Formats: sequence, structure tokens, C-alpha cells
Amino acid sequence: MNELGRNLIDIGYIDTLSAGDSPLHRLDPRAKLLTTFLFISAVVSFNKYEVSALVPFFLYPAFLILAGELPARYLAGKLLAVAPFAVLVGIFNPVLDRQILFQLGPVGVSGGWVSFISILTRFALTVSAALALLSVTGMNGICEALARLGVPRPFVVQLLFLNRYLLALTGEAERMSRARSLRSSARKIMDLRIYEQLLGQLLLRTLDRAERVYRAMLCRGFDGRIRVVRFSKIGSRETAFVLCWAGVFAVFRAMNISLVFGNLVMGAMK
Amino acid sequence: MHMADALISPGVGGLMWAVSGGLIAYSAKKVRKEADHRKVPLMGALGAFIFAAQMINFTIPGTGSSGHLGGGLILSILLGPYAAFLVLASVLAVQALFFADGGLLALGCNIFNLGFFTCFAAYPLIYKTIAGRSLAGKRLLPAAVIAGIAGLQLGALGVVLETVFSGVSDLPFRTFLSLMLPIHLAIGIVEGLVTSAVAGFIIKARPELLAAAAGRAPIGLSVKRTALGLAAAAVISGTALSWFASAKPDGLEWALFRTSGREELENSGKLRGCLASLQNKTAFLPGYSFKRAATAARPAEKAAWPAVDAGTSVAGFVGGVLTLLLAALAGLWLKR
Repeated sequence: MNELGRNLIDIGYIDTLSAGDSPLHRLDPRAKLLTTFLFISAVVSFNKYEVSALVPFFLYPAFLILAGELPARYLAGKLLAVAPFAVLVGIFNPVLDRQILFQLGPVGVSGGWVSFISILTRFALTVSAALALLSVTGMNGICEALARLGVPRPFVVQLLFLNRYLLALTGEAERMSRARSLRSSARKIMDLRIYEQLLGQLLLRTLDRAERVYRAMLCRGFDGRIRVVRFSKIGSRETAFVLCWAGVFAVFRAMNISLVFGNLVMGAMK
Repeated sequence: MHMADALISPGVGGLMWAVSGGLIAYSAKKVRKEADHRKVPLMGALGAFIFAAQMINFTIPGTGSSGHLGGGLILSILLGPYAAFLVLASVLAVQALFFADGGLLALGCNIFNLGFFTCFAAYPLIYKTIAGRSLAGKRLLPAAVIAGIAGLQLGALGVVLETVFSGVSDLPFRTFLSLMLPIHLAIGIVEGLVTSAVAGFIIKARPELLAAAAGRAPIGLSVKRTALGLAAAAVISGTALSWFASAKPDGLEWALFRTSGREELENSGKLRGCLASLQNKTAFLPGYSFKRAATAARPAEKAAWPAVDAGTSVAGFVGGVLTLLLAALAGLWLKR
């Protein structure tokens, strides 16, 4: 199976996850979106040599995964799949910043390594939170939240339509690309000339589909306005969710919990 | 060239969200004004097309490496810059959500780097100028290639500036720039070649589609609005970035240091004293000899670095949330 096919399965699987029915799934999407943004802002606001204070923040993605009954192993796999990018950009830090920051027994740890670990930690935190958010909310939920938070309607409608035709057109592209690879046994990827032809054909099919969709919409009374269905409302549970997590993030941000814990353990050992 | 959340500071992320949010709101207003109902499903389907096309790779002639279509330019040619910008922004948003490409905070940066420069700079200023209103095949290729190069070079510059301003990666400005620009020169040429080929394909198969697009005026910029927007961006960046840039000797100041020969930190003596005393109070990893090693081994301004967190980090958090709020307010205001 090629990359397209794998991505197709991923998109379908996340759609399935978001159709779950946990208390977290039923929460208003606005509350989840807002909390995740607070989380990401708090995580990236640390200075670049911070590692220990970041660790307690894993509580939030872990909570989403547990409360949303998400498959942790699958999400971890997705995290690893995109990790090379963070590693690639971060790996220059140990080379460029060789100042010894502290001694770990006989080994001197340089600032570059600390900031590299910090980048990887941030990466794991932000990516896992975003993936978990999507898995417990779904694209339609996120679009509903965006529309009700005041994001301009043409953009929300665009996101909804894109999500609607994503699987159809990716499937089309996957079939075309598979047909090509079946007919060119030795070549793994195509050359520019074939690529252009393939893309042109795909574009023509896209335009045809858009035209058919438009006619179908007209048949069903489309008047130029897309109505976004509202499923949920902000209640006491939503308020409690946002406020509790905002409080937790504020505490984690103000105090280095790992350090406090470390001091306690060190004190007890003495 | 997607930016990632792990590499940006909340100030830069929030600012770029505000800018991209404003551009989305403005483009949405323009698209709504066009009131072309046919465009609603067309934009959605073309977004899905770009999304799918980006997953098909081809060999770049003569290099052995592989590339794929970026899509900003072909979208602008087919839809015009405003609708193209919305489509590209939606594709980037879906990629950020489904594949963790970039990230939610970095999305503002990515929309700006990949969308703004192609749709609002390369397309109207370069492609339209060279290709004009005619659909003659001769002008199509140079127009697309030059616009492709310009769009990607500007985008790469955006990535470098945002990374350096954020100060998370240690890559210095010049090194990073000298890595990014040549890579994106090649990508830009390929982008232009593919764009012109696909556009040529459509011209042959469906000439009526591009005839409508070619007749459109490239972009209607109001001078007053542009000036107002730039002023607002300057105020936001001035207040937000100062917190993150001032105490850090790397990033832009590193570049300043290299160009002017001295670091602009002379008047921050008081701040540094403050930070040094803060550092004495807050120990990083107790039980290890960090405090001594840091003050002994690092030059004065470096020594203040690790301790910066206590002071600036709260400010950083507040700043990040404030800029996000600003972004939301800007969106609401534009939505009116």
C-alpha cells in the first residue's frame, strides 16, 4: 500500500474515533478547543532549556486519551510518524550550543542537548493534545465550534466541504496512483511528465465532481447559505472543564511540579 | 516547510495567528461579496484535490529526490487570490489536525508562509504581470516559474524569521537562511513547472474555466486599509515580541550582533542584575552543580539565560494568551 492508502485509512479511523460516545465526546466542542489552545500556549511559553516543568503537562493529553477511550498505542504511532521533523530541526541544537549546563555525575550535559530534549517534549505534548482533540471532537464538531466562536462563515463552510470530499478525492488519487505503479513495475515514484498528466486528470475529475455536487445541492434547495447544525450548548460541565484545566495549567506554569516532587523525594531519602 | 509548535514562542505564534486570522476574515468577506454560489462546492473539492495531490510524489529531474505540488499558485490561477487563500488555509488546517503537520499554534505561521506570499504577492504581482490576461501558452511557463520561485523564497524567509524570533532552535539566522533559500529555489522551480503544466492541461481540456479567471482583476488593494493593517501589526509585534526578544541574546539580536558588532543589551544592566538574583533563588535541578557551572562557565549575558524563565515566562504565558485574545477580537471585529 502506498502513502496515500495509509493516509486514507488514518482519516477514516479518526472519523470513527470521533463518533464515540464518552462524556468527553459529548462536551461542547468550544470548551475542548479553548482548553487545548490554553494548553498549547502554556506549553510553548516555557524557556528553551525547560524540561522538568513540562513533564506534568502530559496529564492533559493523557486525560483526553483515557476519558475519551482513545487507543493510546495508535496515537503514539502517529506521533512517532511525524517525529523526524522535530528531530531534524532540533538536532542542530546540541551541535551549536555546546556550553555545559550542568553535571550529571561525571557527564557534562550541554545546553544544546537540554534544549533538544525540550523541543522533543514540547513536540510530544502539542501533537498528542491536538490529535486527541480531533479524535474526541471530530472535524464537524470543530467546524461547529469555529462557526459559533465567530470564525468567518465562508472559511468554516470551506473546512466542512473539504472534510466532506477529502476521502472521495484522496481515494480517487489513490486509485490513479496505484494503477500507475501496477503498470510500471520497477519505478517506485513517477517522473515529472507522468506526474503532470496524472495531476491534470485528477483536477478534471475534481472539477467534474464539484459541478455534480453543485447541481445536487441546487436540486435540494441550496440558496447560497450553508447552515451549520448546533448540537450542544455551554453548560455547567463545559464551564467546569475549562476552568479546572485552566487552573491546572496555571499551577503547572507557575510551579515546577517535577522539582517540588523531586525535592520531596530527595528530602525523604536523607 | 511547515513550522512546528515545538519550535515557536507563543508571541510569534499568536502574532501570526492574528495576521492570518485577519487575512482569512478579509478573504472571506471578499469571497462572500462575489456571491458566486458555484464556488462553494468548487472550493471544497479543489481543497481536497490539493490535499490529495500533495501526497503523490514524483522524482525531481536530475536530483533523485522527490517533490510534490504546493498548490497556492494553481489555486490562485483557478479561483483568484481570495478564494485560493481560504482553500489553502483550510488544507493546512486539516493537515495540522489529521497529520500533526505543523501544529495548532504554528498554523498561523504556516498559513501566512505558504498562503500569503503565493496568493497575495507572487500571484498578483508576478504571475499576473507576466502572464497578463491572455491564455497564450508562451507566457504561462515563465510566469509560473518566476512566481513559484518568488513565492517559495519569501515563504522560506518567513520560516527563518519566525524560527529565529522564537529563539527555540539554536540555528543562527544566516546559517538557517543559507540552508533554506537554495532548497526552496529548487522547490520553487519545480512548483512553477508543475503549475504551468497543470494550467496548460486545463487550458487544453477546459478553456472556459480559465477564461473567466484570466479576465479578473488581480487584486483590489485599498491603500488605507493596508496601511491600517500594517500599523496594527507593528503595534502588536512591538508589544508582544519585545518580551520574548529583549532578554535573549540569540535570535534576532544574534543577527544584530553580527551585523553591528555589538549586542544591544547595554541598557538592560538593571534587568540582568534582577535576573541574576532571581537565578540565585531558583535552582535548576537541585543536587547537581548547575548553579556554579553556569555562572562560572558562561559569559555574563549567557549566564542570565536559564534564569530568564521565572520573569519572562509568566509574561510569555500572559502575552501568548493576550495575543490569542487579540487575534479573536480582530476576527470578531472584521466579522462585523
